[in-house]
Amino acid sequence: MVENKHKVSLTDISIFYGKLHVVKHVSVELPEKEITAIIGPSGSGKSTLLRSLNRMNDHISGMRITGEALIDNQNILANGVDVVMLRRKVGMVFQRPNPFPKSIYENVAYGPKLQGLRSKADLDIIVENSLRQAALWDEVKDRLHVSGFDLSGGQQQRLCIARSLAVGPEVLLMDEPASALDPAATAKIEELMLMLKRTLTVIVVTHNMQQAARVSDRTAFLLGGELVEYDATRKIFTTPQDKRTDDYISGKMG
Amino acid sequence: MPYQQKLVTVAGYTVLLLTAAIFLFVAAQAWPFFREQVDLSFFTGDRWLPVSSPPTFQIKGFLVSSFMITTMAVVLGCPIGILSAVSLAELLPRHVSVLLRSVFEMTAGIPSVVWGFLGLTVIAPFVARVFNLNTGLTGFSAGLVLSVMVLPTLVSLADEALRAVPREYAEASYALGTTRWQTIWRVIVPAARGGLVAAVLLAMGRAIGETMTVLMVAGGRLTTPGSIFEPMRPITALIAAEVTNAARHSEQYHALFAAGLVLFTITLAVNAIAAAVIGGKKEAG
Repeated sequence: MVENKHKVSLTDISIFYGKLHVVKHVSVELPEKEITAIIGPSGSGKSTLLRSLNRMNDHISGMRITGEALIDNQNILANGVDVVMLRRKVGMVFQRPNPFPKSIYENVAYGPKLQGLRSKADLDIIVENSLRQAALWDEVKDRLHVSGFDLSGGQQQRLCIARSLAVGPEVLLMDEPASALDPAATAKIEELMLMLKRTLTVIVVTHNMQQAARVSDRTAFLLGGELVEYDATRKIFTTPQDKRTDDYISGKMG
Repeated sequence: MPYQQKLVTVAGYTVLLLTAAIFLFVAAQAWPFFREQVDLSFFTGDRWLPVSSPPTFQIKGFLVSSFMITTMAVVLGCPIGILSAVSLAELLPRHVSVLLRSVFEMTAGIPSVVWGFLGLTVIAPFVARVFNLNTGLTGFSAGLVLSVMVLPTLVSLADEALRAVPREYAEASYALGTTRWQTIWRVIVPAARGGLVAAVLLAMGRAIGETMTVLMVAGGRLTTPGSIFEPMRPITALIAAEVTNAARHSEQYHALFAAGLVLFTITLAVNAIAAAVIGGKKEAG
């Protein structure tokens, strides 16, 4: 496998909620324009680790993080970091589709508008491109002004992806993006992820090991907050080095 | 149906029945007056002369006064109330919000006669001095006091509406690289719009129905006020001031009930609209 340059490097990341040590000394380097899956049982700190990459944990009182997290060689945990700018560069898709109670168009245009884009023509282009990139355009192009809630769950999730893409991120964090969807909608999201990695670095947390095996280039296995193993996905799923990884992927655990 | 459930159902219908009964009673007492009334001068005329012969009963002045004072209370109270609710729900640290909420709830318990007394002794003289008026007992002073009195209702309902907005919306917005301020005004407040409108309407209903304060502070002129800086008498104050002097089943007595029926209809309409807005919001959500 040809090594892309590293987009994200974590060194000795520990995250605490009060006295609880949720993520323990994780060091890992994630290559650009690849999909990295973070797998592990519930409570292993996957989501917490993911949400530290766009500083969404900042909103949780009592949260403390140590270590160094570099994105494009900039430490995003440093004091002076502009979190708003960071989040434009590092987008996020949540577990449950969460469109705003606005029209499809307004959902996608929301980010660019708040960045000060006023021109209707420019917004139209961004909305169309983002919806195309999210493989939703053909399904909604005739009804851009109906509520986002009128879409199916899978379509809503792709709308949320389009909404993230409209801001122009370089990294996309996906927190179990298909866990609330049926198999057909899940397949669409996975297909979409493979398209997105041509332009983006994707990091996906998932419970679903088949999903990790199907879409990801690399897999990190977290257990009890510790990074047990991190390698090319094919290796993790065929010849895991650690017995705990073997137990987890063969279903003896979690 | 188990008997407990029956009991609750009966209790629910009793409230409905009581409201209907009160309305019918007021309407019945007003009927003898409306029966004699051949034109709309009751609403459009400016003469309230209960003891002349023949007496005249026209309520335009009181209607206009109610409208002026309510409008002022709402226009002044709404921005303050909504901003307070936003800071309670979104900006202040949680323990401060909890404390302030209980303070607001206590404010709701202050008897209106106390507010009236405050208006009479503090606000009215202050208004007279600032605007150089002969008397501070004006619609303006009453509106000022009322704008504070509606705050507990307004703030607690608006706060509730804002807090009912799913956290996922705010999260989604922050994740798109927006500031707290943008997220509040572009996502949270619009998502709570229905509840906020209902809060304003219910506060308005409270302002229209308030009696003691306006009786004490608004002055008491019986004709249509030319501006809010004049003494005036809203419908509630009219009824409170005269009903004890009106002989039972006299013309004045029935005319006061007629005025009461008008007031009742207005507040009922405002509350019904508020209920419809809340109901509509639930369906849309």
